[in-house]
Amino acid sequence: MERSSGIFKRVDWGIILIYSLLVIFGWINIYAAVYNEDYGVIFDISQRYGKQFLWISISILLIIIIFIIDARAYEFLSYPIFIFALLLLVAVLLFGKEVNGARSWFEFGGIRLQPAEFTKVATALAVSRFMSVHDFRINRMTDLIKVAALIFLPAALIILQNDTGSALVYIAFVIVLYREGLSPWYLILGFIFILLFIGSLLASLYAVFFVLPILAILVFHFMYRNIRMTMIGIVMLVLLVLLLVINGYFFHYDKLKILVTGILVSLVILAYPAFVKRIKHYWLIAAVLVAAMAFTFSVEYIFNNVLEKHQRTRINVVLGLEDDPKGVGYNINQSKIAIGSGGFSGKGFLQGTQTKFDFVPEQDTDFIYCTVGEEWGFLGTSMVLILFGALLIRIVVLAERQRSKMNRIYGYCVASILFFHVAVNVGMTIGLTPVIGIPLPFFSYGGSSLWSFTILLFILLRLDTTRMDNF
Amino acid sequence: MENINSNRRFIITGLFILVLLIYMIRLFLLQVVDTSYKLSAENNVFRHIIQYPTRGLIFDRNGKLLVFNQSVFDVVIVPNEIKAFDTLLFCQLVDIKKEELIQKMREAKRYSSYKPSIIIQLLDFKKFSLLQENLYKFQGFYTQARTIRSYSSPIAANLLGYVGEVDTSIVNNNPYYASGDYIGISGIEKSYEEFLRGKKGLKIQMVDVHNRLKGSYKDGKFDTIAIVGSNLITSIDADLQSYGEKLLANKKGGLVAIEPNSGEILALVASPSYDPGLLVGKQRTKNYRKLSLDADKPLFNRAIGAMYPPGSTFKTINALIGLQEGVITTKTVLPCNGGFRVGSFYQKCHHGGSVNFIYSIQGSCNAYYSQVLMRILRDNKFDSISHAYENWRNHLLSFGIGRKLNTDLSNEVKGILFTKEFYDKRFQGREWRPLQFVSMAIGQGELGVTPLQMANVCAIIANRGYYYIPHIVKAINQNDSIDKRFYQKHKVNINKEYFEPVIDGMELVVQSGTARSAYFQGIDICGKTGTAENPHGEDHSIFMAFAPKENPKIALLVFVENAGFGSTYAAPIASLLIEKYLTDSISRPYVEERIINTKLNIE
Ligand SMILES: [Zn+2]
Repeated sequence: MERSSGIFKRVDWGIILIYSLLVIFGWINIYAAVYNEDYGVIFDISQRYGKQFLWISISILLIIIIFIIDARAYEFLSYPIFIFALLLLVAVLLFGKEVNGARSWFEFGGIRLQPAEFTKVATALAVSRFMSVHDFRINRMTDLIKVAALIFLPAALIILQNDTGSALVYIAFVIVLYREGLSPWYLILGFIFILLFIGSLLASLYAVFFVLPILAILVFHFMYRNIRMTMIGIVMLVLLVLLLVINGYFFHYDKLKILVTGILVSLVILAYPAFVKRIKHYWLIAAVLVAAMAFTFSVEYIFNNVLEKHQRTRINVVLGLEDDPKGVGYNINQSKIAIGSGGFSGKGFLQGTQTKFDFVPEQDTDFIYCTVGEEWGFLGTSMVLILFGALLIRIVVLAERQRSKMNRIYGYCVASILFFHVAVNVGMTIGLTPVIGIPLPFFSYGGSSLWSFTILLFILLRLDTTRMDNF
Repeated sequence: MENINSNRRFIITGLFILVLLIYMIRLFLLQVVDTSYKLSAENNVFRHIIQYPTRGLIFDRNGKLLVFNQSVFDVVIVPNEIKAFDTLLFCQLVDIKKEELIQKMREAKRYSSYKPSIIIQLLDFKKFSLLQENLYKFQGFYTQARTIRSYSSPIAANLLGYVGEVDTSIVNNNPYYASGDYIGISGIEKSYEEFLRGKKGLKIQMVDVHNRLKGSYKDGKFDTIAIVGSNLITSIDADLQSYGEKLLANKKGGLVAIEPNSGEILALVASPSYDPGLLVGKQRTKNYRKLSLDADKPLFNRAIGAMYPPGSTFKTINALIGLQEGVITTKTVLPCNGGFRVGSFYQKCHHGGSVNFIYSIQGSCNAYYSQVLMRILRDNKFDSISHAYENWRNHLLSFGIGRKLNTDLSNEVKGILFTKEFYDKRFQGREWRPLQFVSMAIGQGELGVTPLQMANVCAIIANRGYYYIPHIVKAINQNDSIDKRFYQKHKVNINKEYFEPVIDGMELVVQSGTARSAYFQGIDICGKTGTAENPHGEDHSIFMAFAPKENPKIALLVFVENAGFGSTYAAPIASLLIEKYLTDSISRPYVEERIINTKLNIE
């Protein structure tokens, strides 16, 4: 254990400053969002702002504990903590309290805890530990599957709690895997499938028809970097499209026809260079395209038969297929009104009308950003984003300066999780992402989320203080 | 490997920055560029609650209340607050059919499910109190009070006018009014709308998403208080008005009585009239339709809107102009011999031999005034007949004939008195011949005057040469704050001394002339009868009078349609009104009875 003065010297004060600013500004906004004239004191424990003060105080206690604990303990204890977290998730499924349809809370005498929040920390530690062993090769299928399982396990348990939003956060680990060398093809493939998913939902099958051949050309281009061949592919595509459009005047296309034609066109485009260059991956690419076709067909089935109605509506509203200002769209609309009405410099502290009068749902938790937008205007909202941006960049800097592989990976876990939360939460309030109920880190009201993010961040700071130590 | 991957930190950092930048651009568009969200926010939160001031009261000149306000109640619903309720009981309480209620509720819901809509208007106090007792059984139902006009007696309907809902053109052209507001549509209610309506107040309340009140916006900093409408003290004498209406009942016609030395209108009757109480509240639309379809036109204010030839009453003005222009003197004697003949032209009369000035008025000699007007038009002071006409016309204009008097009554008409240019155009360069105008000498031909204009002429004669613009409102809110034009003395271009001989003649008209039926002991009435030729039927009976001769207190004009000679009905009516006004009694009940019992051409 180091001398505490050493920790003081080596700790990253920049991050602590940003953290403090975010927590305090968040607290002020919770105060504004649920301000009650009869209990105007911000420390009034009967009100949520008073409670948040309590949670902040406990967070400081947690920070002290994190710094007292030996940095090596986080490595040694990572698996036990992870297993403990998984057990908690199972326990909450069995004994937990159901809130808003999600069985994800423990209640101890008035204090509610959400294990899923803390599981993020445990998973981050476990993933870092697992990926930092010497013979770990990320692009080796068995290793990749093991990491994926590590990530998928808590996510699956959280989905079982009916808390899909919290489970989606685990997607963020893809960024970590990418940093550690995951082939970008997995990401591109994932991206393609997302595009196909949206494309097939947008019902414009012509879009799918165009997306597939363009993909084929892109794939070809990136694999072989042959401009001439790519140009030939594009010309062939344009000719075929023209042919199809002309044909379209005489024939009515159904969905199947369009997809099959799309794939045939793509294969033809790829066949030429494949034949000329004798590319052996030709059949692999063909298989991907066929899979894409199958996927596109299954999307509709999954969408209509597997997803629940409210999930369908959320996706539809974000894609602009449904206008539902009184239902799901209501929340997004009211949230946009609250933020938009703030103008450049906002209406002033406690002057917000939209958030104060309950027009915005979950105004102190998931939609706390609306209060920022309404009362502090564009200055406030961009300030918050700049603070988060600075925090993320600083975390990446911290991660990269670690000698220990585990510390670096953990740093990226912290950055990725925070980024996912900020992007989805803020995106949701301004109508850019679906309404997924996850909190804004350090801002949203609630002990569980504040503590878990605090622990997540300060373990990194604690690990960072040992970066110079010899292992 | 490690090296390639560490480059990925920049891709990842780039992704973070890119996403946050996109969000900032989106926020900039949302918060700074697009202003529509601010409007939506206001619509969300603010409820502009309009405070309707009560409309000003209207009194008569003696402080008797004529028009006041009565509270009525609207039933308002907020659709999403309504729980299942006893429809049958509700329908019984407010006396409405179930289907109608369901229809109204559906309409309200279509308008807004969380904003209040009126579903029943103008509930009377009895039904209101019944409903109020039971209101707790009907969640989402509220009552709100409003006032409607009420009248202490059914008089002066045309004069007072009525109040009704504003139409879209008013809403579009006048920012004060909003759909559903009330506005004065005719009479005093219209001409004094700005005083009577007061000033609406505005309370800006904030509501939450459930439409629950959350208090005033900025502690009422932007609220305005409703200002109660001003009370009007009219110049009307309610008793005289009511008596005039009684006398003109069952006849078509009008009368205007003016206090000469102030221009205050003491009574203004148009007959047939209607009960002003018919045009308020729930029944207004129905009754209005009925009244507007009535062939006797009860909604038409004949006293200020009907034009007719003034007949022989006009001779007084020609006499005055003749004296002023020096074409005759009080000594002028002119032949009558049963009429006025020039070539083939013949204006019938009924006097033998010659007629002097005083007698020309007393006996209403057509021949005398035909010659007076010929002299006026052939006056060699002027180089042409047309200029002489123009001079004559200017005299008439100064008497208020052929133009609007600019009173405070709405719908005043200017009458008919054509310009020189009009005739120039008609004659197309041909010579002006005085004979073309000669029927105007006796108030026939191309002349149109309103009873109001002739009553004002009578006031001018009574005043010996001046008038104040007739007006109906004496004071607004106790102080003499009416428009300053009503305090300006207007003089006509006739010397004061010329009035005396005319007035002497008018005195004789009543004492021993054409209007002996107007005579009664004790008061010197000066008058002049008239008969307006009516090509469509029986002539209109006209009488113009003022009294007493010295220091006149009342000047009036009475006209009764299709009643024949002025002396038959108009003169006794005028005389009864003068007696009533000056002595507050009626010495000749038999005359009164005869008049009241006469029904003329009323369907
Ligand atoms: Zn004669």
